[in-house]
Amino acid sequence: MVEAFKYFSSHLFSIGLMHYLILAATLFAIGLYGVLTKRGIITVLMSIELMLNAVNINFIAFNHFTLVNDTSGQLMAMFIIAVAASELAIGMAMAFRIYHDRKTVNVDELRDMRG
Amino acid sequence: MNILESFHNLLDIGMRELMHLGVTDFITVAFFYALSAITLFAGWSVITRKNIVHSALFLTLSFISVGCLYFTLSAEFLGAVQFLLYGSAVAIIIALGIMLITRENMALSNPSRSFRHRLSAGVLTFIFFMILSISIIFTPFDLEIRSFFGNTVFNLADLMLFNYTIAFELVAVLLLVALMGAIFLARGGDEK
Repeated sequence: MVEAFKYFSSHLFSIGLMHYLILAATLFAIGLYGVLTKRGIITVLMSIELMLNAVNINFIAFNHFTLVNDTSGQLMAMFIIAVAASELAIGMAMAFRIYHDRKTVNVDELRDMRG
Repeated sequence: MNILESFHNLLDIGMRELMHLGVTDFITVAFFYALSAITLFAGWSVITRKNIVHSALFLTLSFISVGCLYFTLSAEFLGAVQFLLYGSAVAIIIALGIMLITRENMALSNPSRSFRHRLSAGVLTFIFFMILSISIIFTPFDLEIRSFFGNTVFNLADLMLFNYTIAFELVAVLLLVALMGAIFLARGGDEK
């Protein structure tokens, strides 16, 4: 018990890789919960953006705390940002289109392609 | 000039003393916990708010605090990109989307699924998070040192234009294609 408390308190006040990874895991879990439970297309897109932010935190934390001699982790995070921006633009355009055609953005009502 | 110099000396000595006392460490730790609390609270509010405009504003807050976290990880350029791209451009796109799409009652514009759905999704997400955090805690990452001390922006440019040239060009093509696709999708086909 004392050992566990010592371990906990020694990790509480020196921020390391683990703290950033736990933060990113929590943010990713929040985004995943949003994707699974929300009904509007726009909120689902926002949750996906939260998950991509969590992935970026992971990349940059690994680049900062492990033994690499350059900033390739940050470069990967930049690629992820570009892909996320294009994904959001396409998703928003699709949402406009779906709203224009069907007068709804509820993902539960968009089931025409279900067999 | 002399006064400024002595002031700088004083500041230097003061900072060194503070570092001896562990106050800068304390500031770093407090900064990290405050930023992560803001990020997680804002992310949770994105999911739980009933009004979708509030969700979008909390999403922007979450992006900005994640950008501040990038600064604490010595990724200054990424932090600036985060502020410019996520904190403004993505926020504006989402606000525009909400403005063009939402027509009904604003107070009920961000609906969730039924309680059964939410329960199963919550259990699934909790199991996922527990597996992830247990594996993070019990993996021995023993290289916890900062290893890159150069200029981040120069190194990023070097990597982008020498080592990862093809990926960089492909991202440019992807952005162009996404732009054209978004315009095409939003404009629609030939309507009579």
